[in-house]
Amino acid sequence: MPIRIEAALKDGVRDARGERIKREIEHFLHLQVEEVRTMDVYTVDAALSRQELEQAAAGPFSDPVIQEWSVDRPLAAGFDVAVEVGFRPGVTDNVGRTAREAVEYLTGRPFVDGEGVYYSVQYLFKGALSVSEVEKIATGLLCNTLIQRYSIMSAPEFVARRGFPAMVPRVDAGTSGDTTMREIDLEVSDDELMRISKDGVLALTLEEMRIIQAHYRDPQVVAERQKMGLGAKPTDVELECLAQTWSEHCKHKIFAGTVHYEDENGNKQEIKSLFKSFIQATTKDVRQKLGAKDFCLSVFKDNAGVIRFNDQHSLVFKVETHNSPSALDPYGGALTGIVGVNRDPFGTGKGARLIFNTDVFCFADPFYEKPLPSRLLHPRRIYEGVVEGVEHGGNKSGIPTVNGSLVFDERFCGKPLVFCGTAGIMPAMIGGEPSHEKSIKPGDLIVMTGGRIGKDGIHGATFSSEELNENSPVTAVQIGDPITQKRMFDFLIRARDKGLYRFITDNGAGGLSSSIGEMAGECGGCRMDLSRAPLKYPGLNPWEILISEAQERMSLAVPPDRIDEFLAMSKRFGVEATVLGEFTDSGVFHILYGEQTVAWLPMEFMHEGLPPMQLPAKWTPPTHAEPVIEVKGDYTDDLKQLLAALNICSKESVVRRYDHEVQGGSVVKPFSGVANDGPSDAAVVRPILDSFEGVVTAHGICPRYSDIDTYHMTANAIDEAMRNYVAVGGSLDLVAGLDNFCWCDPVLSDKTPDGPYKMAQLVRSNQALYDVCLAYNLPLISGKDSMKNDFYDGSTKISIPPTLLFSVIGKIEDARKAVTMDVKRPGDLVYLLGCTANELGGSEYAALKGYVGNRVPKVDVASAYGRYQAYHRAVMEGLVASCHDLSDGGLAVAAAESAFAGGLGISIDLSRVAWKGGEEEWSDWALLFSESASRLLVTVRRENAEAFEAIMGDDCCARVGVVTEEPRLLMEAIEGNTVIRAGLAELKEAWQSTLREL
Amino acid sequence: MTKTRAIVITGNGTNCEMEAAHACRLGGFDETIIAHIAELLSGEIRLDDFHFLNLTGGFLDGDDLGSAKAQANRLRYARVDELEEHLLEQLLRFINDGKLILGVCNGFQLMVKMGMLPGFDGDYLAQRTTLTFNDCGRFQDRWTYLKVDPASPSVFTKGIEKGIYLPMRHGEGKFLCDSAATLERIEQEHLAVFKYSGSDYAAPTMEFPLNPNGAQNAIAGICDPSGRIMGLMPHPEAFVHYTQHPRWTREQLPEEGDGLILFRNAAGYARKNLK
Repeated sequence: MPIRIEAALKDGVRDARGERIKREIEHFLHLQVEEVRTMDVYTVDAALSRQELEQAAAGPFSDPVIQEWSVDRPLAAGFDVAVEVGFRPGVTDNVGRTAREAVEYLTGRPFVDGEGVYYSVQYLFKGALSVSEVEKIATGLLCNTLIQRYSIMSAPEFVARRGFPAMVPRVDAGTSGDTTMREIDLEVSDDELMRISKDGVLALTLEEMRIIQAHYRDPQVVAERQKMGLGAKPTDVELECLAQTWSEHCKHKIFAGTVHYEDENGNKQEIKSLFKSFIQATTKDVRQKLGAKDFCLSVFKDNAGVIRFNDQHSLVFKVETHNSPSALDPYGGALTGIVGVNRDPFGTGKGARLIFNTDVFCFADPFYEKPLPSRLLHPRRIYEGVVEGVEHGGNKSGIPTVNGSLVFDERFCGKPLVFCGTAGIMPAMIGGEPSHEKSIKPGDLIVMTGGRIGKDGIHGATFSSEELNENSPVTAVQIGDPITQKRMFDFLIRARDKGLYRFITDNGAGGLSSSIGEMAGECGGCRMDLSRAPLKYPGLNPWEILISEAQERMSLAVPPDRIDEFLAMSKRFGVEATVLGEFTDSGVFHILYGEQTVAWLPMEFMHEGLPPMQLPAKWTPPTHAEPVIEVKGDYTDDLKQLLAALNICSKESVVRRYDHEVQGGSVVKPFSGVANDGPSDAAVVRPILDSFEGVVTAHGICPRYSDIDTYHMTANAIDEAMRNYVAVGGSLDLVAGLDNFCWCDPVLSDKTPDGPYKMAQLVRSNQALYDVCLAYNLPLISGKDSMKNDFYDGSTKISIPPTLLFSVIGKIEDARKAVTMDVKRPGDLVYLLGCTANELGGSEYAALKGYVGNRVPKVDVASAYGRYQAYHRAVMEGLVASCHDLSDGGLAVAAAESAFAGGLGISIDLSRVAWKGGEEEWSDWALLFSESASRLLVTVRRENAEAFEAIMGDDCCARVGVVTEEPRLLMEAIEGNTVIRAGLAELKEAWQSTLREL
Repeated sequence: MTKTRAIVITGNGTNCEMEAAHACRLGGFDETIIAHIAELLSGEIRLDDFHFLNLTGGFLDGDDLGSAKAQANRLRYARVDELEEHLLEQLLRFINDGKLILGVCNGFQLMVKMGMLPGFDGDYLAQRTTLTFNDCGRFQDRWTYLKVDPASPSVFTKGIEKGIYLPMRHGEGKFLCDSAATLERIEQEHLAVFKYSGSDYAAPTMEFPLNPNGAQNAIAGICDPSGRIMGLMPHPEAFVHYTQHPRWTREQLPEEGDGLILFRNAAGYARKNLK
């Protein structure tokens, strides 16, 4: 019989968790509550004696200093209504899992199958709340009903029923317990084929269904199948496997497709694969240009890109998105996003040690007050959940979060974007072989390590290949468990150094189907028995085992002569490892369940069977109303409004929640300046503590410019990443880029009549990617695309603005030369590097005034690259005191940030700014707020001015002002009048107040 | 002369082991190893072979049952495979042999929850204090000024004049005692080695964010009456070189960071007193 153990805070102990809930209820739901108290509840469903239960309650389950406990007796008293929240059956319950282990240590007896401990939280409310208000609190704040269940009891009811009953959210095997495979008849009408695809969340198109149909009609295939004891119809395992392998998420069909592009002048072009024509071509051509200085080691082919760091070490970097799951369950989706991307560099080459994370989130306004379509969570909940999910995932994994952004646009309420990146480092050679290379030999064993398989994350790959709709499947959501993963990594990195495996890869989207499918491609086949896979609970169908995206798993190829040592070591480290079969060279992806063959798919058909998509694209440049900017004598208020704008304001309340210093290598932190609160441009870390060689990372993202032209959106994103990188001292000789595309569906269909325009936006973005990266000697080493970022419920469609996150990773030879953005000393001279033009199209200032505009900033790559090279020389010679990049909000915002970060004033003469463009456009507002690319605001000590100017030359390098003792920002207009005059304290307050309480 | 040897335990969510080991080496230990808890439980590595034990930062078992609770339970009940003993026996022997233990952040939480601190009257298994959720309700990463009690018996803080500046990075760092008597005894015996203060290290403060968690009497770290067993929430191993300081690009700082002295003192003590 399950027994409840409760642990509640003693009287007089402050309940920080309860206080936070109370604040949130008042803040978000506008309800008044007198008090919220919380307690932990452990429902133990295991054969334990009363004494053992009490030992557990008094020991691991409670803290004697602050808590009291009870076994099978409710503790709650003095409340008006109680709400208890626990997980639904099958949802990852990390606390429950740890509680179970604690009991096993305590009793010295392992649990038997079916036994478990389940965690829930009880919330006790005091105050006059109606039933519907409590419902609102439960569903709007305490619990996400997709993954959690709740029950509510009033105080009298609670007394009458002796509290909440012990509830065990165990997954039942189902009434039938039927885990046999089914066959699916594809000899049906087209309508019926589509019904099969839709009902099964297969996300296969009619054309794809017909290709599968044709494959099973092939007499040779039928004959081969007969030999294996299979009929002519595909099995459910095969169909699910093909759907996963061919999903947009895994196959990148849009980037691989053939695009028929027509530009604004009617010129037509056929592009065979955007990926090959632009992304791969960029890297190939840059590497050729670099020649002997090429530093790329492994690009595009592995889970992450690999570049050289020095003779002894290589760097690995990958950025992923986890948008669809984060829309449904922001906490679990985002947590899974970060621990998921950790597995990419860990599963690259022979395996890398993880050195930092980066996070970029795109949300709608958290203060959004308009009605939302049903099923969409409020942006505020998404914000809270995502921030907390990534916090837990990153912090608990012991990886510092060193760089990131929050970007806001109303359209992200349709789907938030959650970008998570992870870098790693590995010895250049392991066991006498380059660490970035790996192979599989036929006969190597298929081994899965880490967590067990459940129904979680089934159809994740196919579901994220569709728009979010009313019926998006609940099972697509998983919750990550950073500790299970950390244990696995602790074990695997030691196994790597002992040479106990030959190949490693991650189990992410598509689960075993994807990882083993790809690994089998290395040697030409595999034979795997799904009945051997460890399950969280019985009752999974073979196809579910194959495609489950249950987290914290790696797949490995272990040579037969190392398997005993591998398994023994995994056991000692408390990590589950299971042999599932072996790799072969049969040319077939051969899956069994026990003795029975459940899938028999020729590798060639799986990986090459799909013809390229045909995609129409037509570019018609949009035109927007040209902003009418009021000419004013004083722009101080405008500056303050910009500083408070969501895209510019301080994100400190979020950033402080992320450990950015663990591992001890932090050199340039997210915050710089006299009060540790100025916004750094990029991060510098030392991954090897007895060396001063630093890794530099930065990013650029500017979706707003997509409303004008995605070519320039992309060019600006790349330039922003580079100028942030260069600002802190990153070297131009060793820097690589990662492209993460998040697009709205660009495929022409009934649901997407504007597909050709969106596809043309994608083409233009790729063109810019090639052009700018080539000019900047910036090879692309990895990336990802997420192409279905729309919400559609049949009436309302919300498409995100096309967004490219461009991340860079590179090196600073001596981290002690790094530069931060805070001004350092009164009397230092202020320089603006780069020319300013009237380019307010898509700018924050235009948005503030209610415009989009047309004059999007254009990147002059040749001029910018020369400037960056010169600036880097100045940094290396120690001539630069501070440097801050100009981006959202232009010069005025950058100057304000540098000044208040340094606690010193800045005085700038706008007439000295280098201007690009006609005299008639020369205006104070453009000088202040234009977002022209490739500009840096630099301060230099007077004694270094001559040397600095000599290095920078005349190309758009202007001395524009001076750092002052007086804590004030002063900006003098063209005409000589003062257009900005403000104390640093008021500017900083404007910048800090917006998100301070979140 | 025998070599001074430091050990850093890792596994199950510990994540500051590399920088802790680095700090031990810089501090002057002749040998420093990072040992996975599995290697201790299998008997491959024994605490008896070391002088200085580091229980460092991380999220042991995800802090799922409250910070470090599950590991406290594990250390109490887990047996060592090869040897006929519990790991706990090795740990108590380590203390009784006059050796040094430093707990940082999650390691401090572990020590407190096992009862290793404050270690009144030689009892290292009685929990009298705890570390619980920060008053602000959130994890925080920020730098803190720590006023050091010059009268404390701690062997780690000898030579510190006023205080040290270190980063704190935790969600559960609010120090609380089970009774007024415990707190009084900690204060009276000068066991509250570190207290959150202003930048002048003049007086303890309860003001956020200087005191980032609302700890009782602003206590950031305590030691046992022998001064050999110490724990603190902020991270000394995270500030051993000036480039780790948040304002190194604008202040003239010595080469060594403030946290290194704890490791130097530990190495010095081990060399002098331990064999």
